[in-house]
Amino acid sequence: MIPELYRTMFLIRTFEELVGRLFRQGLLFGTTHACIGQEAVAAGLAAALGPEDMVLSNHRGHGHFLAVTDDLDGLLLEIMGREGGVCGGRGGSQHLRAPRFYSNGVQGGMVPVAAGLALAEKLRGGKGLTVCFIGDGTLGQGVVYETLNLASLWGLPLVFAVENNQYAMSTPVRDALAGSILMRGEAFGVPSAECPGNDAQQVAAFANEHFSRLRECPGPMVMVFDTYRLCGHSKSDDCAYRAREEEERWARRDPLAQLEARLDAGAAAAIRAEVGARLDQALARAIKAPEACPSVGGHHAR
Amino acid sequence: MRAEADPTYAGAIAEALAELLEADPKVLLLGEDIRDPYGGAFKVTKGLSTRFPGRVLNTPISEAAMTGLATGLALGGWRPVLEIMFADFLTLAADQLINHAAKFTWMYGDGVGVPLVVRTPSGGYRGYGPTHSQCLERLFFGVPGLRVAAPTHLHRPGEALKEAVAGAGPVLFVENKACYSRKLGALAHPGRSVLAVSRLGMDQCSSLLVGQGPPDVTLLCYGGIVGLAEAAALDILAREELVTEIIVPLTIQPFDPGCCLASLCETRRLVVLEEGPQAFGWGAEAVASLSGLCQLDAPARRVGAADVPIGSARQLELGCLPSAQDIVQALLDVCE
Repeated sequence: MIPELYRTMFLIRTFEELVGRLFRQGLLFGTTHACIGQEAVAAGLAAALGPEDMVLSNHRGHGHFLAVTDDLDGLLLEIMGREGGVCGGRGGSQHLRAPRFYSNGVQGGMVPVAAGLALAEKLRGGKGLTVCFIGDGTLGQGVVYETLNLASLWGLPLVFAVENNQYAMSTPVRDALAGSILMRGEAFGVPSAECPGNDAQQVAAFANEHFSRLRECPGPMVMVFDTYRLCGHSKSDDCAYRAREEEERWARRDPLAQLEARLDAGAAAAIRAEVGARLDQALARAIKAPEACPSVGGHHAR
Repeated sequence: MRAEADPTYAGAIAEALAELLEADPKVLLLGEDIRDPYGGAFKVTKGLSTRFPGRVLNTPISEAAMTGLATGLALGGWRPVLEIMFADFLTLAADQLINHAAKFTWMYGDGVGVPLVVRTPSGGYRGYGPTHSQCLERLFFGVPGLRVAAPTHLHRPGEALKEAVAGAGPVLFVENKACYSRKLGALAHPGRSVLAVSRLGMDQCSSLLVGQGPPDVTLLCYGGIVGLAEAAALDILAREELVTEIIVPLTIQPFDPGCCLASLCETRRLVVLEEGPQAFGWGAEAVASLSGLCQLDAPARRVGAADVPIGSARQLELGCLPSAQDIVQALLDVCE
């Protein structure tokens, strides 16, 4: 498990760093929201998922996407607006799709959509779970509470996976959220539990334990992962609103370093080399790929 | 299938919902208070939850979550038909309709369908006041990927609903409160008017010729206000012997100029009527789209509600919403 988790996390980390470089080199158009520092949540949770589970995500979804699909080429081509991108260049960084994955850029918007997918699975008699990633900031959005209510009322197999990275853009949690995050779920009768988010093994064990329970007794759950964004909110953020001391404190808990410490040095180096080569090759292919076709496509599906 | 003699507009929609539930196990109805014994605010879904256990779901008062949930159901292979109790509450569902349901197919590279139908009643003239009387379908004009339908009693609404539910993309199916109790095809003065419904399903377009002989003016409108259009046309027929051809497309977005081109090229006089505010409305799009497609003898006129909320007191509401007289005046103006 540890090598697999490390491989996934290292891929996410180096991918995000690559995207940052590509922007600085003027090869990318638009913006991006990197998840550097939050890789353990993506990798740990994905490790507990089964083939029938679905994941919905948000603007900061590259890590979730790679952990769930491992579709490096599809994601890189998509962000670069090239043919072969998972959405033909139409979605870009924040609007991704794979058979078991959807993301969108409106905070909280995918939460009720996830509930609908969970209901669809329940009506089918399936045992799949639907996991929806949201941030601490998204807990300000009303539709999240409407969905907690509905999910609880209807016993939907829906996991609200809250990544509390301490900030919503530039706003610290203490300035955005009243009361307790865990008690929000409890208020609707939804079991809620937290887990340190920078230890991928702990996240995986936590997810496995709860997912197993939810597969037997379908219903909603709120999972809260404490973590930290070791990068800016978006590519143009210099994090002036965060204390250097705080950043350094969290950097010492870097999830990648934590896991690396549990691996044999040679094994870790081999994984890094393998992922590095894979990323290099993907970039080489992507740079040569033609631009995604600008066809407008069906305006109104019939 | 139980055929009802002289079905009403509501009855036809109810029957179509029953047929849909019967024919396709993936069809689900969701909404507030739609289950028996209440059967919906306008009783359209009465009887269905009893007849189809487990297929008609009452939701809490959560328009945003309901719409998102229905969108997720659609992504997940179901065919949900969501009722929003009053069109005025579409504002609460707007993010899910605009930024989710309408965008998913295109945004995700045409790889997914969102077969979601949202049914909702629009319309005033009933004293329900500023937040229960509006025609807010207008907020969704110009949203790519979202079709908007406005069936009337002069269409075959059940046929349109079935096509909408069977389709691949989201449809905002705007019913009209004033139409619910009207019998399908009922005319105010059958002796003086001829109704023809062309095309099928969501493409239906009704043409009501009020008076004998070739029309003098084309009156383009949508939705429940067709009743007032008819009254206005009868008025100018009696007063001025002017013959009006009222054209009522069922699908109002996308706008199809072809629905009235034949009539317009013949009459060369156009009035566009809507119940919602005239400013920035459907009429503005219609006039602009039709501009240049055929020669007009007079500038087109629009009739719509005033730029003010709909008051609750009867005289305030009637002073704000289009009246038959407003329509008559516009018809006379273009025919001068």
